[in-house]
Amino acid sequence: MSLILFTEQMLNGLQFGVMLFLMAAGLTLIFGVMGLINLAHGSLYMVGAFAAAWVAGASGSFLLALMASLAAAAAAGALIELTVIRRLYARDHLDQVLATFALILIFSEGTRWAFGSFPLFLDIPPLLSGPVTLPGGIEYPLYRLTIILVGLTVAAALFALIARTRIGIQIRAGESDREMIAALGVNISALYTLVFALGAALAGLAGALIGAIQSVQVGMGEPVLILAFVVIVIGGIGSIKGALVGAILVGLTDTLGRILLPAFFSQFMAPQAANSVGSSLASMAIYILMAVVLVVRPGGLFGKA
Amino acid sequence: MKLKTLAMAGVLGMAACAAQADIKVGMITTLSGGGAGLGIDVRDGFMLALEQSGRSDIEVIIEDDQRKPDIAVQLADKMIQSDKVDVMTGIIWSNLAMAVVPGAVAQGKFYLSPNAGPSALAGKGCNKNYFNVAWQNDNLHEGAGAYASDAGYKSAFILAPNYPAGQDALTGFKRFFKGDLAGEIYTQLGQTDYAAEIAQIRASGADSVFFFLPGGMGISFLKQYADSGVGLPVVGPAFSFDQGILQAVGDAALGVINTSQWNKDIDNPTNAGFVASFSAKYDRLPSLYASQGFDTANLLISALESADINDQDAFRAALEAADFNSTRGEFAFGPNHHPIQNIYVREVIKEGDIYTNKIIGTALTQHGDAYAAECKM
Repeated sequence: MSLILFTEQMLNGLQFGVMLFLMAAGLTLIFGVMGLINLAHGSLYMVGAFAAAWVAGASGSFLLALMASLAAAAAAGALIELTVIRRLYARDHLDQVLATFALILIFSEGTRWAFGSFPLFLDIPPLLSGPVTLPGGIEYPLYRLTIILVGLTVAAALFALIARTRIGIQIRAGESDREMIAALGVNISALYTLVFALGAALAGLAGALIGAIQSVQVGMGEPVLILAFVVIVIGGIGSIKGALVGAILVGLTDTLGRILLPAFFSQFMAPQAANSVGSSLASMAIYILMAVVLVVRPGGLFGKA
Repeated sequence: MKLKTLAMAGVLGMAACAAQADIKVGMITTLSGGGAGLGIDVRDGFMLALEQSGRSDIEVIIEDDQRKPDIAVQLADKMIQSDKVDVMTGIIWSNLAMAVVPGAVAQGKFYLSPNAGPSALAGKGCNKNYFNVAWQNDNLHEGAGAYASDAGYKSAFILAPNYPAGQDALTGFKRFFKGDLAGEIYTQLGQTDYAAEIAQIRASGADSVFFFLPGGMGISFLKQYADSGVGLPVVGPAFSFDQGILQAVGDAALGVINTSQWNKDIDNPTNAGFVASFSAKYDRLPSLYASQGFDTANLLISALESADINDQDAFRAALEAADFNSTRGEFAFGPNHHPIQNIYVREVIKEGDIYTNKIIGTALTQHGDAYAAECKM
């Protein structure tokens, strides 16, 4: 395998990881601060993508579409927090899973009712389309580079928010002792709604960014949701830093596994067999990674043990 | 007076009898979730044909399988045991068909497949009461292989998801492709990011790409492929280029070659009427799935016209005759009850604002399938 191909695959892995981070950041914040398992996070990703596709179709502007995705997902997040999720904080995880699974069904069929059963069109803006040549002669799609950049910027902003601002202090305090922070006069329920809407907005942004290179359709969020859960388990539940490291680890493992494993098996097996063993093993690679991490560090890489 | 009442009752009774459905059709198809577009098209095509036939004695019971085999099996049991349907149809996905069809035909029901055509039901597992009105799964891929050979491609990079229909697809392509393979990849089912595969295609030195990625997977692949700047010619089966998803792919699909047994510009009166009436009724262009639903219903009606469904042998013979006007023009069943038909080469074009397909040639003429010889009925 040439160095160029390998570098291109590393970039692909990084881009995939950064996208997973946008999903996982919201999920881990919500789980860390409120102790809530939110299966409907994938639906918020879908809401973001549909809002972006709809606004892009109506206005022709990708920037407006991105803003619409943030707004729509945050609004949907705040709405379900106020109406449904709020009643679940005190309940056990099984009730939360049941209720948020119901939300998935409601969002999916509601979206179908509003937009129909056929996938929507959302394209890369002309300014960002096509490949660019990087140093070393690597041709790489400009849009994917943009996703990497946006993702890393969001990560930096999120760290600053958590570490440097008053809201961030409250979020961290809420994570460690929610009764104490309520007793100190912080409006805890407003804080929860805010955190939930923030997580939802990040998921919506991921949906819109990815919707431009994938298909905007009902049910698009569920496969990403599973990966996002793997990411936060690896990174340690509740840790933003863990989510970032976990997401990039999962992105790289998945991408490189898909390339290297079939090539590895073809060294000593017939091509057909190597191909099928390699690709089967590649689809398990991230789960094997998760198992190994959990054996070594049961709380995840950056979790509280 | 008494006589008059009796006569009235008799007339009313007869009227009630006529109004009651004589033939029950059970349709299990996918109407919710990610793959719903296909099931909705099959259903709409089927119901359009029934409506145009003017027959009021056919009752269709439609249920949603949610693309889940276990639910499809439950629905089939209910339709057979409590609804007592005569004929079943509607299943889109091969894995669901494998779960339902063998049981249904073993219980003496007729099954007319409007889509799924797994090789297992075409070869050793064929059944005298199972008819496939669409295609055997390999057919469109075989057409793509034949086209790629005819177009002079020497070295193809091929990819499909790692599941039975994906393996059938690559097998079908290779059966008719005479060149070499620059690479062969199985991707994950439901995968949405193809950057890694596209990088391999770029590095492989291939002169063409064949892919089978149905539904959303194909949309993702095509958009990412177009954006990558690789630019090699792409060939695929119609499943990634049907009317339902082309609008979501947009310009990335323009000029792509794909193979299909049907297109809206096949020149015959049945097809012209079908395209016009479908567009008028549902306010969208029909897809190949809609044409398959339409043909399935017309096959059923043609058999009902000439035979009584309670006389199974006569009804089966009437189905085998396939004496109906197909949207595909000529249509006949092979010995294993799968179609013998032309596989066309289409190109994606833009008509006004709408992306659609145009036939540019024929890949395979009067093509059957590779499994017919294994079928012993």
